[in-house]
Amino acid sequence: MSVVVKLEDVHKSFGLVEVLRGVSFEVSAGEVVAIIGRSGSGKSTALRCINRLEKIQSGSIEVCGRRVEAPDLDLRALRQDVGIVFQSYNLFPHLTVEENIVLAPRRVKNVKGAEAHALARTALEQVGLSDKIDAYPEQLSGGQQQRVAIARSLAMSPKVMLFDEVTSALDPELTGEVLRVMEKLAKGGMTMIMVTHEMGFARRAADRVIYMHTGKVWETGTGAMLGSPQTPELKNFLANEL
Amino acid sequence: MMYTFDFSSLWAYWPEFLAGALTTLEMTFAATVLGLCIGVAGAIARGSRHAWLRVVAGGYVELVRNTPFLIQIFFLFFGLASVGVRMPVLAAAVLAMVINVGAYTTEIVRAGIEAVHPGQIEAAESLGLSVPQVYWYVILRPALERVYPALTSQFVLMMLSSSITSQISAEELTAVANNIQSITFRSLETYIVVALLYLVLTVLLKSGFWLLGQGLFPRRRRLGTPL
Ligand SMILES: Nc1ncnc2c1ncn2[C@@H]1O[C@H](COP(=O)(O)OP(=O)(O)OP(=O)(O)O)[C@@H](O)[C@H]1O
Ligand SMILES: [Mg+2]
Repeated sequence: MSVVVKLEDVHKSFGLVEVLRGVSFEVSAGEVVAIIGRSGSGKSTALRCINRLEKIQSGSIEVCGRRVEAPDLDLRALRQDVGIVFQSYNLFPHLTVEENIVLAPRRVKNVKGAEAHALARTALEQVGLSDKIDAYPEQLSGGQQQRVAIARSLAMSPKVMLFDEVTSALDPELTGEVLRVMEKLAKGGMTMIMVTHEMGFARRAADRVIYMHTGKVWETGTGAMLGSPQTPELKNFLANEL
Repeated sequence: MMYTFDFSSLWAYWPEFLAGALTTLEMTFAATVLGLCIGVAGAIARGSRHAWLRVVAGGYVELVRNTPFLIQIFFLFFGLASVGVRMPVLAAAVLAMVINVGAYTTEIVRAGIEAVHPGQIEAAESLGLSVPQVYWYVILRPALERVYPALTSQFVLMMLSSSITSQISAEELTAVANNIQSITFRSLETYIVVALLYLVLTVLLKSGFWLLGQGLFPRRRRLGTPL
């Protein structure tokens, strides 16, 4: 299987604080990887380095054969390959759901009128929100907004999707609808890296789980690893999560 | 004390009143368009990565907001003339209005820009939009929608203060009125008429801005809620 994302000995500091201290992992096409770990362990930072929202100090990151840290990187091409969904949805509040979704396809890929509309329809179908196409973000629940954010990313046909605690801001009743959309995507063959605090979901949906601790990949394995942690740190973390 | 109103002697001057009102409107239109451009540029400069741009824009805003409008007009018209830069009266008047309203607009637009959630900007960048695209579609559009009421009040205020440019004899409504009352000696009537004309202009301007807003900001039109 071809490698879509590959991190090798990645170091990242904010000022004097080293947040990533030699992170390495690989994600193959179609693979679903969950990243778990304590608050501050560097999970979000690792994701943000992958689409270069943050620049790394050393090591290398490769996405679809592209070196992310290269000075001559085509940043916009990278970002078309990598979709990212954030905890805080970040929909554009002045635009309708459809306009949110087609903004990038139209402005970046030059997709026109009817074709753009069809793109929005397809993306909304995938997240089960076809009836909200003309709504504004403020008219939607948190769970619906997050699903629109996922649809917005999908409409750019990314080769890999990053999810950063996309259900953490949601009430428990709304978490399920978003997780179901993600599971559907995973089954459909999307390559996914998701930071999550939902242990049950990680276990169920992920092919592989990465436990990060103090800026390092501490332990990694299949979902079953969560039932039999090897390191005391993971054991401790899991005990606190439950 | 008895005063007999006599508006009839003013009637002959309606073409002058109308011309003055039109000039005021034209000056306001020019100053609104150009002032908005300066305001947007100024607001972007105030949030720039480059310190010198921030300093220049900040200095401009402070300078304009902390000096009287009349002095700014005199500076542009008489002050610059004495060092050889001569402008037609109307050009100087409009330029003064643009510089003045541009500073206030800069602050208003900046407030709008600062209210845009940084996460939305990151989301837009992550979708592959270019920097100018992010600025236009994700920062400026919602920022302008958010501050539109404040902006329009500022422009209405500017229309009213354009009256001060009569001090350099720009042939707008107030200057026209000054002339007419000095010929007819009916100052009370003249200024009543002028006040009413300004009122009409204000209503016109506000209606125009309202209509424009309906077209520019469909979200606001449909939901009626502030952003
Ligand atoms: N822009 C920044 N500037 C300075 N420090 C930062 C910045 N972003 C993150 N950090 C620091 O880096 C560390 C790791 O942050 P990160 O957000 O990656 O953690 P996380 O594992 O995602 O945590 P959480 O579960 O709380 O989201 C934290 O100590 C954080 O304070
Ligand atoms: Mg995080």
